[in-house]
Amino acid sequence: MVDLIAKSPAAGLLPFVAGGVTLAEIVPDFITSIMPHRDARAAVSAALKAAHGMALPGDGRTSGRAALRAVWTGRGQYFLIGEAAADASLAAVASLSDQRDGWALLTLEGDAAADVLARICPLDLRAGSFRRGDTARTEVAHMMAVVTRSTRGFEIMVMRSFTRTAVAQITGAMRSLAAQGAG
Amino acid sequence: MSRLAKGGQIDRSQSVPFSFDGRTLIGHAGDTLASALIANDVKLVARSFKYHRPRGILTAGSEEPNALVGIGTGDQIAPNVRATMQEVYRGLAAHSQNHLGPLAYDLLAVNDLMAPFFGAGFYYKTFMWPKAFWEKIYEPLIRRAAGIGALSGVEDRAAYDKAFAFCDVLVIGAGPAGLMAALVAAKGGADVILVDEDFRMGGRLNADMQEVGGKPGADWAADTVADLAAMDNVRLMPRTTITGAYDGGTFGALQRVSHHIARPGADLPLETFWRIVAKRAILAGGALERPIVFPDNDRPGIMLASGLRSYVNRFAATPGQAVSLFTNNDNAHQTARDLQAAGVRIAAVIDSRADAKISGDFPVLTGASVIATKGRKALRGITVQTASGIRNIETDCLAVSGGWNPSVHLTCHMNGKPVWREDIAAFVPSDGAIPGMIVAGAAGGDFSTHAALKTGAGAAKAVLKDLFGKAPRITLPKAEDAPGAMTPFWHVSGGRGRAWLDLANDVTTKDVVLAHRENFRSVEHLKRYTTLGMAPDQGKLSNLGALAIMAELTGQTIPETGTTIFRPPYTPVAIGALGAHGKHKGFAPERFIPSDALAREQGARFVEAGLWYRPSWFPAGGETHWRQSCDREVNMVRSSVGLCDVTTLGKIDIQGPDAAEFLDRVYANMFSTLKVGRVRYGLMLREDGMVMDDGTSARFSDTHFVMTTTTAAAGQVMTHLDFCAQVLWPELDVQFISVTEQWAQFAVAGPRSREVLAGLCDTAITDEAFPYMSCGEVSIGAVRGRLFRISFSGEHAYEIAVPARYGDALARTLDGAAKALGGGWYGMEALNVLRLEKGFITHAEIHGRVTADDIGMGRMVSAKKDCVGKVMSQRPGLSGPEREQLVALKPVGAVKQFGGGAHLFNEGAPQVRENDQGYVTSHCFSPTLGHPIALAFVKNGHARIGEHIRMKDYMRDIETICEICPPVHLDPEGGKLRG
Amino acid sequence: MRITCPICGDRDLREFHYRGAAKLMHRPAPDAGDEAFYDYVHIRENPPGLNRELWFHELGCRAWLVAERDVTSHEFKSVELAAEAKRGAK
Repeated sequence: MVDLIAKSPAAGLLPFVAGGVTLAEIVPDFITSIMPHRDARAAVSAALKAAHGMALPGDGRTSGRAALRAVWTGRGQYFLIGEAAADASLAAVASLSDQRDGWALLTLEGDAAADVLARICPLDLRAGSFRRGDTARTEVAHMMAVVTRSTRGFEIMVMRSFTRTAVAQITGAMRSLAAQGAG
Repeated sequence: MSRLAKGGQIDRSQSVPFSFDGRTLIGHAGDTLASALIANDVKLVARSFKYHRPRGILTAGSEEPNALVGIGTGDQIAPNVRATMQEVYRGLAAHSQNHLGPLAYDLLAVNDLMAPFFGAGFYYKTFMWPKAFWEKIYEPLIRRAAGIGALSGVEDRAAYDKAFAFCDVLVIGAGPAGLMAALVAAKGGADVILVDEDFRMGGRLNADMQEVGGKPGADWAADTVADLAAMDNVRLMPRTTITGAYDGGTFGALQRVSHHIARPGADLPLETFWRIVAKRAILAGGALERPIVFPDNDRPGIMLASGLRSYVNRFAATPGQAVSLFTNNDNAHQTARDLQAAGVRIAAVIDSRADAKISGDFPVLTGASVIATKGRKALRGITVQTASGIRNIETDCLAVSGGWNPSVHLTCHMNGKPVWREDIAAFVPSDGAIPGMIVAGAAGGDFSTHAALKTGAGAAKAVLKDLFGKAPRITLPKAEDAPGAMTPFWHVSGGRGRAWLDLANDVTTKDVVLAHRENFRSVEHLKRYTTLGMAPDQGKLSNLGALAIMAELTGQTIPETGTTIFRPPYTPVAIGALGAHGKHKGFAPERFIPSDALAREQGARFVEAGLWYRPSWFPAGGETHWRQSCDREVNMVRSSVGLCDVTTLGKIDIQGPDAAEFLDRVYANMFSTLKVGRVRYGLMLREDGMVMDDGTSARFSDTHFVMTTTTAAAGQVMTHLDFCAQVLWPELDVQFISVTEQWAQFAVAGPRSREVLAGLCDTAITDEAFPYMSCGEVSIGAVRGRLFRISFSGEHAYEIAVPARYGDALARTLDGAAKALGGGWYGMEALNVLRLEKGFITHAEIHGRVTADDIGMGRMVSAKKDCVGKVMSQRPGLSGPEREQLVALKPVGAVKQFGGGAHLFNEGAPQVRENDQGYVTSHCFSPTLGHPIALAFVKNGHARIGEHIRMKDYMRDIETICEICPPVHLDPEGGKLRG
Repeated sequence: MRITCPICGDRDLREFHYRGAAKLMHRPAPDAGDEAFYDYVHIRENPPGLNRELWFHELGCRAWLVAERDVTSHEFKSVELAAEAKRGAK
């Protein structure tokens, strides 16, 4: 029988540390996109709560816990990320799609993480403007990205094929910031 | 030595050796290059733009027009650095510019003797003919003779950075107004960014002798900066220039990060270009002192009074030992007193006002003006006209002060027009010129220190009330409140020498007179005819003087004469900073396919397809030319089996109760009738009736489709679907998301393709289970994948998809299986040949100007339903014999060659545009057919099969007689696909 | 330039794609004839001052937006979701 070996998007590229900031990859077990049917947001939220214990997050927010979280990723679109795939019961009220392999999940952590990200991302990253659990779909170094503020920094999702460029751009900004002594 | 014995804000304990034109000099920490040169008695620092006149240092700020130098060594010299902005550091190497031979004996100074010929409009009048002389003679000549510092021509190896910042209040300028504004705004709880061009914040407080809050101004500034630095909600950005004001509270800013550091290292950027987004901005950029224009006013040693005061008070360096001043205002008298206090002798104060008061223990000549100067490489003396006659005065430094111009520049960047204020004879910013910006201090025409502090605090309070509804109470520190009287005096008439308006571009008062005489009177014409204000300093010191002269000549007032438009950037910005992060690989993101590593191991050559890197061909055993590899790969697919990574094709997961209806509306042909488990080719139109894209869509359930798009149009199609779903038909219940990256997908094509899959999939791959144009789920070991029986080669073929994490492993597994059957990988070149042999189209054919009918698919536009583009595609003129229609070509004459883009003509017809019959879109050599083939659009082509036509490629000089053929060369019945 | 997306808030222009006049929202009925479609696809007023425009938050939430913008000052008077504007208008 054929046994295919899995390879993560940033395999062999990370982690990278500079100026007290660390860029690393995390590989969740599952990512399922949940797109509620028309006018079915409340029903999806209820179904998500029943199946996974969390409501749908608001626009630009996350819900759930670290091991399994729902992340708003765009208009009418959420990702369930973590230890479980979206329960089949959700399919009655939402379109579900496997996104597990479509994305690279990077974590950027450290005191100067926001200063690093400010080099390549046009978001207002001030602590008061972009709080823990806030998430944004935006641009990182000219690539479409989902950026979420975590406890110690940021989680950055880029599409899988862009991983090498994303790592190069973020580590470049990290090196520059480290040289500027802001780390 | 011109360094004063005491005083100044320099660190005398730190001696900093640097060089100027190879000569080692000593400065101190806290010096600029300009102040260090003055302290070392260097007067001549540059040659002027056009006439190569000897020039010295005119100012102590970023408005400096003369003292531009190169900084660095070897091929990494940064040209045109303003010596007034460059901090000295150990080992700094500065070089003078724009001379042939030594600076002091510039051979090109001969231009100065030719000056009568080089006035305004000289180029336009002189280099008229012959036309052929321009490129070879005139332009190189002009470029050699006139100019400033040159680039080395090699890559700038310095690192640059870019960044975004956000704040509630951006304070621009850290003089008394800016510091006060920042302090009040910060105390009121706002997020504040305070920027200043200088490396030491404080503005004029560092250069003038005055008290603020009971202590020296410089000390008050330093203490305030320290207070601000200690606050969490304040970001101080010294060495930073706001370069432009843009829509929505966005500002460009250039931070000079390491220009002052000897060896910055590879990662430390030279500069960072910031995009600062501020809810409110306070412009406290101060004012620029303006000169008075008089004959030979450009000699080294003649400078602005404010600059002189900076050098003496802040840098403890005096540009002269016997200093004279020429002024129209009280302010300059203060300069004389400061100098005297510092022990410098005052030769004379020449005041243009007859009623000027005697202000100190030095000679004051009232109602007087400077009418001549002498000293070629350094000032030696001046001639003064007084009411009682002419006097010669020996002096080695003449400081000039013609009043002050508020720095209105940023307020003009969004089309704001400054307004004239008669009392200060200057333009001030108009209200609301930049939405959300308030002007404070001298930038608004409030020149006293007290007024600066007061308007700064007032601006901050207004902003706080606006943002938060309240503002703290503030006690202003006590400061001088005398703005100083001034009577406008622009230029000295008459005299023999030329009087320089724009020192940076060598424009004289005579040039303005000439422009007026030749009817270039509008300020915009004046600017372009004389080049006044077009040098790197953008006329900061010269514009108003020129306007005043033009106003005199036309008999208008200055506000009637108007002012030219200031545009970004305020000071020059290196392209390197604007392009930061964009060098080399930073130019565009790169996308890599799942089999990238394997393809590289096998020596594949790559081609860019959008942002993707796709293998172009795979050289094997001794192949030295791409055609050898390509032909072999084509034969391999036709005879055995070939593999190709097709992950790059756009894949869109489309679901929802109305998914089928949605596809019917976006595709020209019908999809609601497609059976589950089947695949259909679809053609997508734009609303204007032209073809947008094509691809296959597979149906996995009643409410679940997977659409594929071409690699090139994946993004465009996704945006189009979003448009249709949200803007056209929000009532449809349909959801979609890109799964391009989720699935690694490989084409397995050729007569032995099924054998490759047989050993791989757990289920049997039969014609019954997977007939042509079907799809289904398969298992590859423990991995669930998808299989599509589709073909872009004309062969029996499949595409197999697995979650992308298994892409590399599947590619390696397929590789082994295919090679065992004599197969292998094929690249984009072979893919192109395979599709051309079958007459399949790509975006070379559907390039945006063709209809479904043009490509022979007119009947695919379903009559049973509406779709995007349907109505427009059926308009007259978009189908029928007058259209250029898709056909294939094969060569039938002696020449067997095609050229992409070459045009087609009827045999015997002159090969001119009017006779154009169409053009070649794609071509290749077909190893299967043994000759080149092409796809082309030919007028009424569908009806002209079998006719001969002549291809003429003017680019490559090829002329080929072709036969018009049906597009499909190979297996037109499609037996291979189905069998 | 900044655009306030009703979903994402104040964002940089670089995230958005401009599509032109909001007239494109009002696609004629399939049987309206080619003159109506010609007008819909090609004819634009392009007045100075306030314009209703379609913008796409392409590098953001991917919402299509209808914005009222003064094209002489670049000031946005309002931004709403195109889908809601369309559904609300019915």
